Amino acid sequence: MPAAIASEGLTKRFGQVNAVDGIDLDVPAGSVYGFLGPNGSGKTTTIRVLLGLVFPTAGSHSLLGTTTPKALGRVGALVEGPAFHPYLSGAANLARLDAANRAADSRTAKRRIAASLERVGLTAAAAKRYRHYSLGMRQRLGIAAALLQPRELLVLDEPTNGLDPQGTREVRGLIAELAGDGVTVFLSSHLLSEVEQLCSHVGVMSVGRLVWQGRLADLRAQREPSIVVETATPQKAADVLNASGLHDVSVSDGHVRARLGEAEPERIVAALVYGGVGVRAFGVEQPSLEEQFVGLTGEGFDVSG
Amino acid sequence: MSVARFLRSELSMVFRRRRNLALLVILALVPVLIATAVKFNGHPGRGGTILGGITDNGLFAALAGFLVVGPVFLPLVVAVVAGDSVAGEANTGTLRYLLVIPVGRTRLLGVKLAATAVWCVACVAAVALTGILAGLALFPSGELTLLSGRVISYADGLGRLVLVLLYVAAMVLSVAAIGMFVSTMTEVPNAAIAATLTLTIVSEVADAVPQLSAIHGWLPSHYWLQWFDLLRDPIITTNITTGLLVTLGYVAFFSSMAWARFSNKDVTS
Repeated sequence: MPAAIASEGLTKRFGQVNAVDGIDLDVPAGSVYGFLGPNGSGKTTTIRVLLGLVFPTAGSHSLLGTTTPKALGRVGALVEGPAFHPYLSGAANLARLDAANRAADSRTAKRRIAASLERVGLTAAAAKRYRHYSLGMRQRLGIAAALLQPRELLVLDEPTNGLDPQGTREVRGLIAELAGDGVTVFLSSHLLSEVEQLCSHVGVMSVGRLVWQGRLADLRAQREPSIVVETATPQKAADVLNASGLHDVSVSDGHVRARLGEAEPERIVAALVYGGVGVRAFGVEQPSLEEQFVGLTGEGFDVSG
Repeated sequence: MSVARFLRSELSMVFRRRRNLALLVILALVPVLIATAVKFNGHPGRGGTILGGITDNGLFAALAGFLVVGPVFLPLVVAVVAGDSVAGEANTGTLRYLLVIPVGRTRLLGVKLAATAVWCVACVAAVALTGILAGLALFPSGELTLLSGRVISYADGLGRLVLVLLYVAAMVLSVAAIGMFVSTMTEVPNAAIAATLTLTIVSEVADAVPQLSAIHGWLPSHYWLQWFDLLRDPIITTNITTGLLVTLGYVAFFSSMAWARFSNKDVTS
């Protein structure tokens, strides 16, 4: 089975800036792929290139094993927020998009539009003008547009942006449901909890480069635990930890931290006690996905790069 | 037919938009205004001119309408729709969704141009229709005298009017094609509309400068009033044909330019 999305050395230069800088994407068919990165790291540009809206400066890419123009009929997409004609109703906007799709069957249009609206919970607002929609409703209509046809790949750019907690839950449920039906989902997001909940794979972008890609489980396996010692004599504890061969020992108001590495926590505690350190509390901490993310991108989340 | 369905959708976008409907109504009021003014101004017209002919036969109200809206107003309403065609979609962001739904870029331009052409015909037809009706209501409607002096029946007169209508609509297609091309270059529809109208006016101004007579024959607006020849007997076809060919050239050139520009344009809106 070909990869749902594959790219080699994909590059997009705007003027002097490489917005996307030689990325090799590999999105396995059937996966839910979380595309992570700070704002301005090139996620949306990558999505635009993949969907054929923007032409790459260098490199190649394929969707569903073929070229973008050939694959687009089997791809549903939400790109950089929803956009519809403000004076048309939700249903009329979908009818407009469906009419433009050369592969769409006009005889089934009404039924498909109704089913799409139903699926995102917009049936009651179908006849309402788009300009009166709330941000959450607009987002849902964007997803409805992506679902007008049966799709094999969904490219969703921040699909829960602007949704209330209830709507966020519903949309995540919908994505999980679609993924359960075998649809590959390429989900760009800056919400780490969302990615942790939904995704089987992740790719992490930083300043136009793909700095990590693979199974989420593998990323989690890579994390390095650290230890925290709470004591009245932190300097003494730090000396013991250094002597035990631990790295990155740091002291801050009564807490001593260090990377655990290959050492066994039990032995560290024993060494501390043997070294005369009064241990008040001892813990092993797993870094959160956020900490891993910051480790990879080298900057705070949501900071433009 | 999927193209027919898309074209229908595009036409309903154009014809249901309030701004466009307002323009169409104002356009249609022009011959009514002229006919009313001529009726109540009381000066009997001289035969052999368009405006003067109105008192002889109401059909001339429609022709007077063409004469009045031809230089600026008709190009304006065409520029509004043509300039808006691609830039308007880019401005609302709907362009990216159309492209990924997917509609091929060439197909999108083709449908947009076809819809604009229908708009051109509708605008000119609106002027003709209200002109005929205002003429029937206010003036005689029997036989009419052509510009060359020959008298023809009202039915034949209507036939001539339809020919003039088609010619005028064909002439503004050059504006439509220029507008479409400009529209692919910007995300601001009003800029595209203004640029298209500016180009039209530049053409008309250049056409009025005698020192530029060498290029007059190549200006898109040069043959716009040539429909006078359709009101002679026999019809003088030489300049009409040249006018149609020049317009066809402009339409072909600017459509190709629009296509060349749009088919490899980065859509970042």
